[in-house]
Amino acid sequence: MHMADALISPATGGAMWAMTGTVAIYCSAKIKDKLDDRKIPLMGVLGAFVFAAQMINFAIPATGSSGHLGGGLLLAILLGPSAAFLSLASVLTVQALFFADGGLLALGCNIFNLGFFPCFIAYPLIYRKIIGQNLTAGRLLFGAIAAAIVGLQLGSLGVVSQTFLSGIIPLSFSSFLLLMQAIHLPIGVIEGIATAGIISFIWKTRPEILENGGVTKPLGRLPLRGLLTGLAITTLLTSTVFVWFVSTRPDGLEWSLSRAIAPTAQHSAEKVPAPAIQKIQEKTALLPDYKFPGQIPEQTAGSLAGLIGGLLVLLFGLITTIALKKCTGATPRAGK
Amino acid sequence: MPSIIETALYDIGRLETLAEKDTVVHRLDPRAKLLVTLAFILAVVSFNRYSISGLLPFFLYPAVIIGLADLPPDYLLRKLLIVSPFVLFIGVFNPFLDREIILQIGSFGISGGWISFLSLLIRFSLTVGAALLLIATTGFPAVCMALAKLGAPRILTVQLLLLYRYLFVLIEEGITMIRAHALRSFGRRHLNYRSFTQLLGNLLLRTIDRAQRIHMAMLSRAFTGEIRVSRPTRFGGREIVFITVGCGAFIAFRLINLTDLLGRMIMEIG
Repeated sequence: MHMADALISPATGGAMWAMTGTVAIYCSAKIKDKLDDRKIPLMGVLGAFVFAAQMINFAIPATGSSGHLGGGLLLAILLGPSAAFLSLASVLTVQALFFADGGLLALGCNIFNLGFFPCFIAYPLIYRKIIGQNLTAGRLLFGAIAAAIVGLQLGSLGVVSQTFLSGIIPLSFSSFLLLMQAIHLPIGVIEGIATAGIISFIWKTRPEILENGGVTKPLGRLPLRGLLTGLAITTLLTSTVFVWFVSTRPDGLEWSLSRAIAPTAQHSAEKVPAPAIQKIQEKTALLPDYKFPGQIPEQTAGSLAGLIGGLLVLLFGLITTIALKKCTGATPRAGK
Repeated sequence: MPSIIETALYDIGRLETLAEKDTVVHRLDPRAKLLVTLAFILAVVSFNRYSISGLLPFFLYPAVIIGLADLPPDYLLRKLLIVSPFVLFIGVFNPFLDREIILQIGSFGISGGWISFLSLLIRFSLTVGAALLLIATTGFPAVCMALAKLGAPRILTVQLLLLYRYLFVLIEEGITMIRAHALRSFGRRHLNYRSFTQLLGNLLLRTIDRAQRIHMAMLSRAFTGEIRVSRPTRFGGREIVFITVGCGAFIAFRLINLTDLLGRMIMEIG
């Protein structure tokens, strides 16, 4: 459920970056406080482990399909919330850059959805509460499944709300929500079972690792209070900025555009009858106050011009690439 | 199954090899490339969901970078196709939900859903392409250094570097284990649950032991929680020109619909 850049608006992406940044700064301050630099290589290497583990599948009996580990909950159990969040953030960054899983602007959303919920909600409030002070196999399985389900459900709720707030796709909120939550229910169960299986293996073979990792240690002061205060402030700030932005300028750039240049140079795809746009807007009810700066006249001429222009621009791009490649190919490169 | 994990390893290696080239683009300071990439993505996603023609000029950026940096376009295209399913899955509902005809070409009407679906695909290719170009012209360690210089939390950037360093090691260890299992299981495609937990549990134990060894090695080399890299970075005239030209072009593309302008000019001549 990695969000892609194509699905979000700059305002949503920016707001989620601010939220994720707040959590990341909080987490690194927390780790620095403890001065537990033993954890630093462990975090990095466990991140790499999660990466490798996600590619190893196991068969789900009687379905013909297969499941794999998500990793958020496992990292939280082994490292504790703050370290696990940073470790997951780095996993998601590598995925975004190398596998184009999600995007750079959407990275804030992805780290929040896949990192914050399992580390700071599902792990301390569900898993820890169910495990209690003494670990048993049954509790471990139940706790892991419950926590994984809650984490993933919250995460997919995040995906749906962020997509909806961005208003790029016309899916209605309720049907998209239903779809995503339903899909992530079995995924949550699988994630819980896989996590519980690995943790119980470690528990049987090397129980001292779990003790170091904080399974049986009391959690101490709940780390949530300071973090939630920070998040509340960020939310307040970003949402006021966001609301102001949306309410005063339907789209900051759109607004400056309509100011800056004459209406003749508008996008051809936007040259549509205003009532049609209105209808679409009402039907989908995404940001109902949002109006397109639509111009009505000469539709057909506009779209034809758009088509010709588009082909020319793409042709020009192709020629540029080939020409530049020829040039760079001809010059001898240093160090080769 | 080993093929998935081996492909992943090959993929990272291929991008890293591309990043080792020595061209005008590769020689730029990583910070400049990171900033221009972010500006590009912001400009692209700021269009409304029915824009198509306004987005087309943005293809010039990947075209110029691919040309200047001497990258293989077919490989980058294939990577785009591999990751497209999620966007396709969400966008494919558009044509069904949004049937209002909003564009007429002759007697042929196109609904808003198809327009927004096409627009979604274009912005997907542009944004994902930009991120791939960044990594293929810069390399991961340099991107991390740029992040650190731009003020990202130190621990996070150290994480990223360590993760990247050990990714190859762990993936290779995973491949070895999976191959050993495959050789003993007569071609069964997936592991059963029991062997899955034992296999991953073992990999995890090895990982933790490795982390301890790494930590000791780091301590014996005076590690204090920070990784220092003595890579000379120069933010000179080239970088300023690159940022100005790049961002200037994106703002111009965003404000002026070049596609439309060009089409109109051709039609007037014709």
